[in-house]
Amino acid sequence: MMRPAQDACAADAALTHELAQFLYREARLLDTHRLGEWLSLYAEDATYWVPLAHNQPDPYEHSSIMHDDRTLMAARVRQYAHPRAHARLPATRTIHQVGNVLLLENGPDHLRVASTLVVIEYRQERQRHWGALVEHRLRRTIGGFLIAAKRIDLVNSEAELDGITVLF
Amino acid sequence: MRNSTIANPADLVREDRVHHSVYSDPAIFELEMERLFGRAWLLLGHESQVANPGDYITTRMAREPVILTRHHDGSLQVLINRCTHRGALLAHEARGNARQLVCPYHGWVFDTNGTLRNVPVAQGYGKDAHATFSGLGLAKVPRVSSYRGFVFASLAANGPDLQEFLGPIASSFDDMVDRAPDGEIEFAGGIFKHAYNGNWKLVLENHLDGIHPNFVHASSVDAARAVPDDPAARPGAERYAEIPLRQMRQNGAPEPVWEALGIWSSEWGHGYMGDYHSDARLVAAMNHPVFAEYRSRLEARVGPAEAVRILGVSRFNSVVYPNVSFMSQYRQLRIVHPLAVDRTVVYTYNIRLKGAPEQMYRDTVAFSNVVNGTASWVLTDDLEVYERAQRGLAAATPEWVVTARGAGGDVEEPGGFRRGATGTSELYIRRQFQAWRKYMAEAPA
Repeated sequence: MMRPAQDACAADAALTHELAQFLYREARLLDTHRLGEWLSLYAEDATYWVPLAHNQPDPYEHSSIMHDDRTLMAARVRQYAHPRAHARLPATRTIHQVGNVLLLENGPDHLRVASTLVVIEYRQERQRHWGALVEHRLRRTIGGFLIAAKRIDLVNSEAELDGITVLF
Repeated sequence: MRNSTIANPADLVREDRVHHSVYSDPAIFELEMERLFGRAWLLLGHESQVANPGDYITTRMAREPVILTRHHDGSLQVLINRCTHRGALLAHEARGNARQLVCPYHGWVFDTNGTLRNVPVAQGYGKDAHATFSGLGLAKVPRVSSYRGFVFASLAANGPDLQEFLGPIASSFDDMVDRAPDGEIEFAGGIFKHAYNGNWKLVLENHLDGIHPNFVHASSVDAARAVPDDPAARPGAERYAEIPLRQMRQNGAPEPVWEALGIWSSEWGHGYMGDYHSDARLVAAMNHPVFAEYRSRLEARVGPAEAVRILGVSRFNSVVYPNVSFMSQYRQLRIVHPLAVDRTVVYTYNIRLKGAPEQMYRDTVAFSNVVNGTASWVLTDDLEVYERAQRGLAAATPEWVVTARGAGGDVEEPGGFRRGATGTSELYIRRQFQAWRKYMAEAPA
């Protein structure tokens, strides 16, 4: 028989495991170029945000590296499939390494999950790496989690950067 | 071969072609830093970035790191960002506020007009310390001048003044500032800094090029066109994606639209492209509530007739050669920084029209993300093509690059502009290289 504290602890561990698996699955879809499936992880009203500034408070008063609603995310995914997507062909090969998965908030409507992300990308004889603090806002649905918002704070967002054609 | 090209760089430019080495030869690049960027008026920024005494930004002019700062007497100062003692940078942040500039190495202190104020342990310099120190104020950039709040500087003591240098392209800055209901603009909302492995000239040539969008941007045009129109949209309540989608789609305008556009160029290599946006929401439709509010605020200051004139100006990109490209109507400005013959970084700023509705500024930000963002659907394809051009241009064969499109059809207009026969004339490239030749033909005095 487990005591209540152990119960809570076990439930917490199970949830953290489930969340980590969900984030790994998202990473896996990006790394295997299954972008249609990746998009389906996002709610219809989702936002996908890569701020330009450190600690940027909002995406409306200040430029962002990416600030997409679902419509713009779909347009991004569609561009990858275009035969004249010059900067996206050949496709960049990536690995997305997700770590430090931490449940920030387990609310009635949503969960907030923090993680760190390391991306290695390779295309046309050039390899780059990225590091980011990531926060997901997730909704529970009958079919599993849906991403309501994702914020990716690149450590070098304010640097002089070559064009970015990977998704984080 | 290399030595012979350096002997007379003017020979590298002909009427309808240029030698590939102007894009690829490191020795030519060094000469450009000395003769072209070392001499031309370069845009450093806007007065709004240094609004208060002690405000500063750091930037580059050719090879020189410089500080643009506002001294306590209100004057703008452009100083070489290098301690006159052992050479360390005095300011290393992109921007800040400092009453005095203090060297991190040995603590030398300078006023914001460059005057040397204090040297720690000065007795080490002996009896003649004062004589030694009197010549050790910070080096100043010889000429600084503003046009409607845009701050330019020149590393050369002599040459045409700013007004003469700008000539008729000054009207594009007028277009930008005149649109502000309060008569003033400011830089706001961060700086995109996108870099590419290509020559600095490629970006200035591309910004007035009306042929490339249908080829370079085909993928973003098609991706945006595939998005259905928003059935719920009504003026003032459009979906967030509306501005980016419309801008991407517009790049797919058919060939006759581009051909019918105007392309104008003036002395010193400046030029602009007439606007190709027929899309009402992008250019602020008359029946749009945000635009109606904006228009009434503008009219309140300048009167209805002047408002009609101001809003009737229709320009897309304007280029001020060799380091500026801006969109007066769309409130974006880029400063081009050459780093090496095959490496360039472009800083992009949002412009806020003071007194305009907040939504107009938000539209500026959304427009900037899609056109100038480092991860833009549009810009990334431009950068890819610059890099492919650079790799091709490094090849020795063929020697010459053709700039002949529309040659022979250019028409002089009153006021100092020359207009291309069609909107896709390469007139602007020919004028840029005529200016290039003029700068490069002789060493600075």
